[in-house]
Amino acid sequence: MTNSLFQPWLVPALPLAGMAINGLFGKRFSEKLVAAIALIATGCSFLVACLQALLLVNSGSPMLEQHYGTWIQAGKFTVDFGIYLDHLSLIMMLVVTGVGFLIHIYAAAYMHHEGGYYRFFSYLNLFMFFMLVLVLANNYLLMFVGWEGVGLASYLLIGFYFLKDSAANAGKKAFITNRVGDFGFLIALFMMIQTFGSVHYGSLYFNPGLVNALPLEHSTGILTMIGLLMLVGACGKSAQIPLFVWLPDAMEGPTPVSALIHAATMVTAGVYMVARSNPIFSRAPIALLAVAVIGTLTSFFAATIGMTQMDIKRVLAYSTVSQLGYMFMAAGVAAYSAGVFHLMTHAFFKALLFLAAGSVIHGIGGEQDMRKMGGLRKYMPWTFYTMATATVAIAGIPPLAGFWSKDEILWQAWSSPYGSKIFWAVGVITAFMTSFYMFRLLFMTFFGEYRGEAAVAHAGHDAHGGHGHTPHESPWMMLGPLVVLAALSIFGGFVGAGHRFEHFLDPVIQKVEAHRSALEVEAAAAPMTEEPAAEKSTELALMATSVIVALAGLGLAWFLYIKRPELPARIAAALGGLYTLVYNKYWIDELYKAVLISPLLWISTHVLWQSVDQKIIDGSVNDLAVTARDVSGVVRQQQSGLIRSYAGWIAAGAALVVAYMVWMGTR
Amino acid sequence: MLDALTHIGTLHYLLVAAILFLIGMIGVITRRNVMIIFMCIELMLSAVNLNLLAFSRLWGLHGQVFALFIAADAAAEAAVGLGILIAFFRNRTTVNVDEVDLLKW
Amino acid sequence: MPPSSTDYVRILPEIVLAVWGMAVMFAEPLLGPHTSRKGLGVFAALGCLLALGATVFQAQPAYAGFGFYNMLRVDHFSVFFHCVVILVALSTTLMSLDYLPAHKIDKGEYYALILLGAVGMCLMSSAVELVLIFIALEISSIASYILAGFRRHSAESTESAMKYFLLGSFATAFFLYGVALLFGATGSTNVFRIAEVLNTSAHIEPLAYIAVALIFTGLGFKVACAPFHIWTPDVYEGAPSPVVAFMSTAPKAAAFAVLIRLVIDTASPNWFWVIWVAAVLSMSVGNLGAILQSNIKRMLAYSSIAHAGYLMVAFASASNRELGISAAMFYSAAYAAMNVGAFAVISHMAGSHERFSSIDDYAGLGRRSPALAAALTFFLLSLIGIPITGGFFAKFYVFSAALRTHLIWLTLIGLVNSGMGSYYYLRVIVKMYMNEPRTTAPVPPVRLGVGLAIAISLIATLWLGVWPNAILHYTQGAPTILAGK
Repeated sequence: MTNSLFQPWLVPALPLAGMAINGLFGKRFSEKLVAAIALIATGCSFLVACLQALLLVNSGSPMLEQHYGTWIQAGKFTVDFGIYLDHLSLIMMLVVTGVGFLIHIYAAAYMHHEGGYYRFFSYLNLFMFFMLVLVLANNYLLMFVGWEGVGLASYLLIGFYFLKDSAANAGKKAFITNRVGDFGFLIALFMMIQTFGSVHYGSLYFNPGLVNALPLEHSTGILTMIGLLMLVGACGKSAQIPLFVWLPDAMEGPTPVSALIHAATMVTAGVYMVARSNPIFSRAPIALLAVAVIGTLTSFFAATIGMTQMDIKRVLAYSTVSQLGYMFMAAGVAAYSAGVFHLMTHAFFKALLFLAAGSVIHGIGGEQDMRKMGGLRKYMPWTFYTMATATVAIAGIPPLAGFWSKDEILWQAWSSPYGSKIFWAVGVITAFMTSFYMFRLLFMTFFGEYRGEAAVAHAGHDAHGGHGHTPHESPWMMLGPLVVLAALSIFGGFVGAGHRFEHFLDPVIQKVEAHRSALEVEAAAAPMTEEPAAEKSTELALMATSVIVALAGLGLAWFLYIKRPELPARIAAALGGLYTLVYNKYWIDELYKAVLISPLLWISTHVLWQSVDQKIIDGSVNDLAVTARDVSGVVRQQQSGLIRSYAGWIAAGAALVVAYMVWMGTR
Repeated sequence: MLDALTHIGTLHYLLVAAILFLIGMIGVITRRNVMIIFMCIELMLSAVNLNLLAFSRLWGLHGQVFALFIAADAAAEAAVGLGILIAFFRNRTTVNVDEVDLLKW
Repeated sequence: MPPSSTDYVRILPEIVLAVWGMAVMFAEPLLGPHTSRKGLGVFAALGCLLALGATVFQAQPAYAGFGFYNMLRVDHFSVFFHCVVILVALSTTLMSLDYLPAHKIDKGEYYALILLGAVGMCLMSSAVELVLIFIALEISSIASYILAGFRRHSAESTESAMKYFLLGSFATAFFLYGVALLFGATGSTNVFRIAEVLNTSAHIEPLAYIAVALIFTGLGFKVACAPFHIWTPDVYEGAPSPVVAFMSTAPKAAAFAVLIRLVIDTASPNWFWVIWVAAVLSMSVGNLGAILQSNIKRMLAYSSIAHAGYLMVAFASASNRELGISAAMFYSAAYAAMNVGAFAVISHMAGSHERFSSIDDYAGLGRRSPALAAALTFFLLSLIGIPITGGFFAKFYVFSAALRTHLIWLTLIGLVNSGMGSYYYLRVIVKMYMNEPRTTAPVPPVRLGVGLAIAISLIATLWLGVWPNAILHYTQGAPTILAGK
């Protein structure tokens, strides 16, 4: 490499060092010093990552692989410690370090009053380390180390308010649900080792004779099995149906954690894994279809649940689940680059949304219920503007980032040979709902009158006295990252305009050679050839549809939440309308429940949320626990404590073994 | 038939040993007094010794040497066992195994 | 023909341990009744270090091979288990330095028994002669019986010793009966000769089948695999914590060594399904039993049954001997490291008369003593099998061996079990970090001895997790030179 100072291993190593310093000595440091160490570690990591990215892109080679030693060697099977830097991991690395750095800055101010400041930052740095290991690993086993590591760090961070019972339970739920997913991943790993004798990306995907040699599997085969098992793992980590239940509960953790782990980075690991394994998935259409179906269903149902939530962080949580579903849908129609593109833009605006929500919560003294917010625009303008930017971005209104990536996904869902009009239609409906619930959130939070308790206190007392919080704007340490993320949410989408992003990822995404069916020919050819004019116009029409739908969502939210004229004309004027804003949640909720989405809502709340989440998933976790306890009780009963009965057990066991052996021997 | 009864062969030794072993085993399971249980275990070891001696008729001296070692080991075990029994008796003043049930579940 | 000097090198670690043990015994009465025995403990630890050095010396290729008229054999396999046993003995000695005075059982015999027990366990791993295997097994068992009852003024401890003793000698009787029958069926007491007979003769005596079954019973008892596990929870709960650290790892590793040499490597007939069923039963019973436990020692006792089950999975895949046997060796080392570590923390926390051994007593440990809590968390995570710990690799290696020998069902059952297992380990971690402490009483400061024991285990667990290569390499060399092949 060019310069020994800028080795790629520094990227994960720096946060690890930060974690070690803060974890070991942080107790004695001042808060400023702790924050400085954590910030320097992640900041430098980001700088090195940028440098690496520049070097790689300028070098023109598709990837850079570095080995730092052998980890395991068992016969012919070896696993290395190594870093694999290609355009895919490069994007992930930049997102993780960049967004991570911004969130660290934010957290330095946000966590100011909390105890265990140093602990928080050492966990956060630990998370960064594992996430970077996950992303940069050059083989699946090392990826799995990062995979488990981020789970562990997230568990520690969710449970950070460790005296809150709900936080402890949420942490446990996340951990155990993720174990289910990890089984899938682990078995996939085993099968990979068994079939290919390797877990290195390089040898698996680029050596002739391994994955490359296998034909497209029209029925189930080994690749389909591996793909489906990986999907189980990805569902766990990326909170897809049926393993999505842990994510909303995970919002018990501090807000910067929600932003970093449960929106921008960790939960996207599943998408990264599917994209990374694209040579496997592209050869296993059944697995691919499963990815698409799960993604589509998740995005749809999570959006319906999002429309009914009142807790600001929960709305964002379900929105995250829904957007992750989009990414899965993209990956499922073999448009991996569109998925990764959305992953990137989503990291910007969802991190921004969470951070802004955190700023709101911070500003009004810890309240998360949107019914107790409202009118915050005048108290915290910066938060409002940045959050509005993010809302417009996620709603998919051009020219903000979300529009480009979402449009790309919808177009691929329509046009990809693996796609289907159904995926597209559901995607469009989801886009409508997304726009609706996001603007609902925005209107409920920032428009109208402030409905919090502090408003009452404020009315009765001196403005600065008492213990009631007057909503106040957050410090600049928190607003700075918001502004940067807002800028990224505005401009971040342009990198993907005109399929530029897709071509950037071309070296990573393998085109499955088309030798058999027409389907395959199309699959290989479609993205490569110049699109004919007819397709161009379809694309434009679809684009227009999604914009119209997004605007319709906005309009509906505006119609439902901004109605009454008594409110200050100032706000209405700023909106560009002559309307005043009102909020009457019971009436509106009942209206749209009754008229709009009553059946959907019923399905989502009763079937999906209450039945699946609370009864089947929670229930089965509980039932399993209860059953396990019952059986455990039976096991315990055998343990009577009496020597004679123990001797009886041993003698009976011996008799059984002898009987079996004799039976086998004389047969 | 008569020959099988009058002419004592290896199989007879083995049968006696097996019966001895079973008696010991059943004794361990059914008796309550620690000392008697201990005796029953000794009975099982004797059965093993008998086996070994019977086999050394076929295979040579190995079995007899082994039996000597087992006898020595049984003595060591007896010493330790009695020590443990006395320590136990001091704490609980009983030698009834059915009362040895502080630790369970 | 007298034994050659090479022969003596082949039992050098045992000689060192035995001499040291006897020296401790002789020194004990010379010390006054009120003198601290810490010096003896340090002396014993020194003996362990020397024995470790002797093992390393013995590992040179020049000393590999049979010794003492084919009674024992020095090879990768025996050297590996020697190291495990001696390191466990060392850690146990270190963690006992302050445990014994705190529990008013500061006696020199304790250290002597650990050293002599280690002699037996070391011999078990190198013995290839049934008589020697039996003697070694008994040396290690008798030492463990006494150690289990070492808190002799406690009803629990003596009860534990009583149960261990009675059931242990009961199981030994089965083992011996099996050994006698094996001798009868094959005409030899040498493992290699037995393997030859079993593998080459066209007709296997029916006695051999009964013999293998009974030997399995006896060894199954020692390694605590179901259905012979039943003594484990009671004995572990009552015995002093450092002793549990010792006897849940070292004798088990040694008994596994015997099991490998005697049952699997001689290609004894029909062992496969027995091992398979024992593995499934052990994993399930262990994990299910642990869920409801409130005493941490008892919980870890059930967990040790479960881990014996995972090890059996490795055995079941020993049809590919390189994979299966090396996985089993790796697992026993990793299990020893993490379990000794966990018990080191527990014995430090126990307080006088082992008052604090309920899981509730660990509530809020995360704030009362962050370092101890972090160490225990690390060991528990390793027991769950989270990456970068030895436990992860051990499980990974075992299950990939099982899959590669096409034991799909066994692997699935094992993975489900390890998921179930994470529940109860996690409960302790949750208690430590997320519950209010029960008392405000400060945790006693960590002394040098316990600290060293924890450090050794921590380093070993981490090393096995991050850099397993050296060990893997070594274990893979072992199976090829075992008996009969």
